[in-house]
Amino acid sequence: MTISLDPTAYLLIAAALLALSGVPGLLLNRPLFGQRSAALCAVGASILGECAVIALLGGTPGATWQIDWPLPFGPALFSADLLSTIFLLPLFLVTGCASLYSLAYWPAREKSSAGKLTLFLGLFAAAMVIVVMARNGVLFLMAWEGMALSAYFLLTTDQQDSDVQRVGTVYLLATHTGTMALFALFSLLRGTTGTFAFPLPHTLSQGVPYATAIIVTALIGFGGKAGLMPLHFWLPGAHANAPSHVSAMMSGLMLKMGVYGILRTLSFFDALPVWLGWLILLLGAWSALNGIALATGQRDLKRLLACSSIENIGIIFIGIGLALVGMQTQSPYLVVCGFFGAFIHIINHSLFKSLLFLGSGVLIHGTGTREIDLMGGLARRMPVTSPLFLIGSLAICGLPPLNGFVGELFLYVGAITDGVTAPLPLAALVAPVLALVGGLAVITFVKLYGIVFLGSPRSAAAAHGHEATAMMTGPMVLLAAGCLIAGMAPVLLMRLVAPVVEYYGNVAGDVMVQVTGQVPLVPLTIANCMLIALGLAIGAVYLRRLHRQPALYGSTWGCGYLAPTPRIQYTGTSFSELVVNLLGTLVAPRRQRPGLDCVVLPRPAQFHYEVTETVLNQVLTPVFHWTGLAFSYVRRLQHGQIHVYMLYIFVTLFVLMIWTH
Amino acid sequence: MSAFADQLLVLVMLINLVMLGSSRLIFSIRAVAAQGVILGILPGLIHPFSGHLAAITAGIILAKGILIPYLISDAVRKAQIRREFEPFLGYVPTLLLGAVFTALSFAFAEKLPLAPEHKDLLFVPAAIATLLTGFLLLTTRRKAISQVIGYLVMENGIFIFGMLLTEAMPVMVEAGALLDLLVGIFVMGIVINHISREFSSLDTSRLRTLKEE
Repeated sequence: MTISLDPTAYLLIAAALLALSGVPGLLLNRPLFGQRSAALCAVGASILGECAVIALLGGTPGATWQIDWPLPFGPALFSADLLSTIFLLPLFLVTGCASLYSLAYWPAREKSSAGKLTLFLGLFAAAMVIVVMARNGVLFLMAWEGMALSAYFLLTTDQQDSDVQRVGTVYLLATHTGTMALFALFSLLRGTTGTFAFPLPHTLSQGVPYATAIIVTALIGFGGKAGLMPLHFWLPGAHANAPSHVSAMMSGLMLKMGVYGILRTLSFFDALPVWLGWLILLLGAWSALNGIALATGQRDLKRLLACSSIENIGIIFIGIGLALVGMQTQSPYLVVCGFFGAFIHIINHSLFKSLLFLGSGVLIHGTGTREIDLMGGLARRMPVTSPLFLIGSLAICGLPPLNGFVGELFLYVGAITDGVTAPLPLAALVAPVLALVGGLAVITFVKLYGIVFLGSPRSAAAAHGHEATAMMTGPMVLLAAGCLIAGMAPVLLMRLVAPVVEYYGNVAGDVMVQVTGQVPLVPLTIANCMLIALGLAIGAVYLRRLHRQPALYGSTWGCGYLAPTPRIQYTGTSFSELVVNLLGTLVAPRRQRPGLDCVVLPRPAQFHYEVTETVLNQVLTPVFHWTGLAFSYVRRLQHGQIHVYMLYIFVTLFVLMIWTH
Repeated sequence: MSAFADQLLVLVMLINLVMLGSSRLIFSIRAVAAQGVILGILPGLIHPFSGHLAAITAGIILAKGILIPYLISDAVRKAQIRREFEPFLGYVPTLLLGAVFTALSFAFAEKLPLAPEHKDLLFVPAAIATLLTGFLLLTTRRKAISQVIGYLVMENGIFIFGMLLTEAMPVMVEAGALLDLLVGIFVMGIVINHISREFSSLDTSRLRTLKEE
């Protein structure tokens, strides 16, 4: 039996299912049932959505659905093309995993906010599905606003916490500033085309009025959501303070909506200005470098992961920038490799960053803290989470045999083939930048994994850390398997993305074959297999020796002391101190050293260290402070005298009456 | 008939001035009740008779002439106040201002682009004059009860303006407006009760302590 519904319809059904998934939990007075039914709905929707995505990638064209609503902005148009699928693919996967995970992480039995969380989680996912399917500017903005607001409510689940309130406000200000730019964008687009419906791909010429303004507003509005420097300031705080599965969705999925917006806007034009490719490349490189530099110095587990999201978004934008530059200089290698790198990294980052955020949720659940320097020795206490977290960490560093390497490999190939042979080989500089970023990422994640999982516990909370239930580790296993499969069989990943690159980059089939033939994917698979085999062999030898000769257990980092304390271990801060000092200009660490005002013996002293957000703390906060001072004069108008308020209205009316003559 | 309507409108404007000049609350309430009754009669004078019209007339006289004044005087009795003390602006200056505003509203109505059949009537200037009187009462008086009266007078002004449209005005809109007013008065009555219980005064200028810093 075949049901001849087109993929768009499936996707719309999935979106509706997601949006309504939290409603029963609100209406019925049975929170546990509500949460379970919502998770069931979300998983069902995810499976449905993935089926539709696979159909689309397989070549089934998605129909355009038109819904005539009474609003005066033209009909609501929904459609799904290949560009949408590259975002829908991870969206449904991560949503399903996150909603299963939430059953154990935020159980309705213990937390009263579970109903609210479940409702907005569904709405959030549904809004993102609609964002990538909307083909009308107003519909897009509505979905965009729905996504931004439900993210706000998800992020402020712990609304009693003053930190959460503060980052929530920063997020809300940032997202609405971005939305303001989007209002300008879609108004300009309407001014150009005469309708709110999206123009067909490549139909706007570069010379249309406002073309530059459209591109710039898109960069501001969507770039802010993606977390592109310097509009990233809301991101670390928001990701760190949200519940972990929400952070996974925000980082893995919501940031990508910004990338989608930029790609969609650029697709309207048949040719793009020369500076745009370089600008995006530059912003991407800056985000990647600065993001990972910020991540290196962090002490907060989730803040570190959030900063590394900025880095990964930077890598995605490096890919897009390379491709755009390639379009200008007519070099197919740059176009194909750039888009491949960007699209593959979009999928990969969703996989491993969600895995890491879910893992951080397990850590927080087990130890009750987010502070890296209070953890330690958790590998023994969390035997399932530890290897999963290791897989995520390796993948995010871009090391083989995991998937992070594949996307970056394409970028390297692009940079050192056409990038080098160009008359002015500026694009080739991408390779050293990527290498630097990769190196810093390795330092960051060695620090993260080493301090958290190895050594001995640095606090009582870490010593009592415990493993999570299968409901929490199950989704992580799924994501880790995704990372591993994509890394082991990169050809699979390439086949998946190839139609999208062909469609979006307007690349001819033979050029695709020629370029992708240059990328050593098959040797990579063989090398990966050998690597795994080697690892397994070493493991087997080790286990046999362990079996023959029972191990002696001593304290880690004991260094021969008889009574070592956990405090003689490296902390995360000390591990990364060298790098943070080298990158001082990017990271701006703030230290408060103890004063050595001793006479004979030093007195007890305090040492305080934190990594600051340059944009937020040194630019935006002072600006808002001074603006507040400037407007305090205006606030004198509001003094509490009702009569004078009436007088304001009276005077206004009077002035208006006189004005009319 | 319209000559008689004009005379009634002059009466309405005179009542405005009476309210501006008086300090006794009960007197003001009676004046606003009288104004309400006149407003109830007016539609019958300018429009041909119909069931709709009769219903409107009855409803308005009932609400504006009896029910609302009763509610306010009840509040006055409960709060045990008789006079408006120390208004922000004295009675004579407000009276003079009221006269100036009435004159200005005539000048303003002259220049409005009205339909020809409304040109010669006093409706528009009377409406504006009453509206401005209401505003004057709201801004210059201190007691919460006087503010309610000011609000009522303002509503009366709007009502006079709406009278030009009585034929076009469906019953539902009319009823909705009246209900709105009634609920407004109810809420104000409750608020007044609470203010007087809480602060043992009905001086709205003391409400500034509630301001959010």
